[in-house]
Amino acid sequence: MAESSLDYNFSLARKSQALQARAKLIQSIRLFFIHHGFLEIETPLRIPSPAPEEQIEAIPSGNWFLQTSPELCMKRLLAAGYQLIFQISKCFRDAERGNKHLPEFTMLEWYAAGFDYHQIMDQCEEMLITAFKDMGHNQYIVWQNKKINLASPWERITVADAFLKYAPVTLEEALVQDKFDNILVDHIEPQLGINRPTFIYDYPAKLAALAKIKMNDPTVAERFELYIGGLELANGFSELIDANEQRQRFEEASKARTRKNWARYFMPEKFLQALQAMPPCAGIALGIDRMVMIMADARQIDDVVAFTPEML
Amino acid sequence: MYTASDLRKGLRVKIDNEPYIITEFNFVKPGKGQALYRTKLKNMITGSQFERSFRSVDTFETADLREKKMQYLYKEGDKYCFMDNENYEQVYLTENQIDEAKNFLIDNIEVEILLFEDRPIGISLPNFVELIVTEAEPWAKGDTAAGSTKPVKVQTGYTILVPTFVTEGEKIRIDTRTGDYLTRVKG
Repeated sequence: MAESSLDYNFSLARKSQALQARAKLIQSIRLFFIHHGFLEIETPLRIPSPAPEEQIEAIPSGNWFLQTSPELCMKRLLAAGYQLIFQISKCFRDAERGNKHLPEFTMLEWYAAGFDYHQIMDQCEEMLITAFKDMGHNQYIVWQNKKINLASPWERITVADAFLKYAPVTLEEALVQDKFDNILVDHIEPQLGINRPTFIYDYPAKLAALAKIKMNDPTVAERFELYIGGLELANGFSELIDANEQRQRFEEASKARTRKNWARYFMPEKFLQALQAMPPCAGIALGIDRMVMIMADARQIDDVVAFTPEML
Repeated sequence: MYTASDLRKGLRVKIDNEPYIITEFNFVKPGKGQALYRTKLKNMITGSQFERSFRSVDTFETADLREKKMQYLYKEGDKYCFMDNENYEQVYLTENQIDEAKNFLIDNIEVEILLFEDRPIGISLPNFVELIVTEAEPWAKGDTAAGSTKPVKVQTGYTILVPTFVTEGEKIRIDTRTGDYLTRVKG
């Protein structure tokens, strides 16, 4: 099945377009944060104790682990007085492979002291509109035949309202029936960010291990996600700064992990200690690979990385 | 018995005593949520489809199905006729049961006919077929960006996106599972 040289050149050209979009996007993001007074930082990829989260499994590296996100180290820097920080780094999550998942992927994460989750949504929107413009998308972008209007303001809808609008059951019913993720995936995600980018916010408190509980509604956490064209791109929240509550949530997550026979992590004590000094702040993590998928009109994540694990 | 992590595109399972085929399959994991397998399932008898996500602990019965090699003969009304090469018996499938395979059916092509309790209910094609391009805009060298595509029509009437350098009369190899263009075939 010899491919003709034209076919070979065709697939090379596609990959090359995606890799150029990736480079340009990262440059645009860097410039945005530098212009907004953020400090670019690097934290270790190899860490002794990842955050014990119920659904995220780290990849071991010797006696330590590869980071699943730079969250804990970045929050320690916030506690140490760094107010505006960003990082673009590799993250690793075991057994996550699909057409939108790679076990090794690139994440942009940033934190701003004094911000709440709506302010970080504002900033995310501003940053991405700038990036879209830098890449020649002034009004709209077409991704996989969906024309998405980029004009500000982007849509914001609560999780509860999204269930009312798109799902056959209410949020409460979905939680009682233990079907939150299934309903989200089957009925809600495909509707999010279709005509314009959508922030979906106020997640059930139980589904936000490191987020702050909303002051006037203890059933929800100040957490949000960004979707464009049905693709989940970013997750952020007002950060939980109560060290005792954080410890309690980690312990609960550790128990849930033990029930599933997942790896046992040491409690991230230095992080918990630092949390006592952390100012009120908000942070967000955005998947760079998926953002490149949008920018380069790629159908799958494989198309926007130089090499997938299978190619190595 | 299958678990959800065994699922893949093309796998056939039994749900409520009816055979289903998985037509789309994806690993998904909503932010901070659990790993799910998002599938599109098609009832192999009625052709009706639905989408559902499964958890890795969900299980499925295997469907009692077998496949038999047959040859495609002709289409009559909305019935497609196939012949069993062993006993020369002819069986028929409806347009609904043929579904997207009609895009790749050329005379005398050898296919697998699916039998559910000895009843013909569906077809599976070879993974790759070679079809002739019957309608295509000519390729103006140099006037298109590298990596861009154009729609062309092949001999079955199917429209497919191909690189701009593909011309009318050429034979192209198509992946029948995705419907995607793979490469040109010489000669």
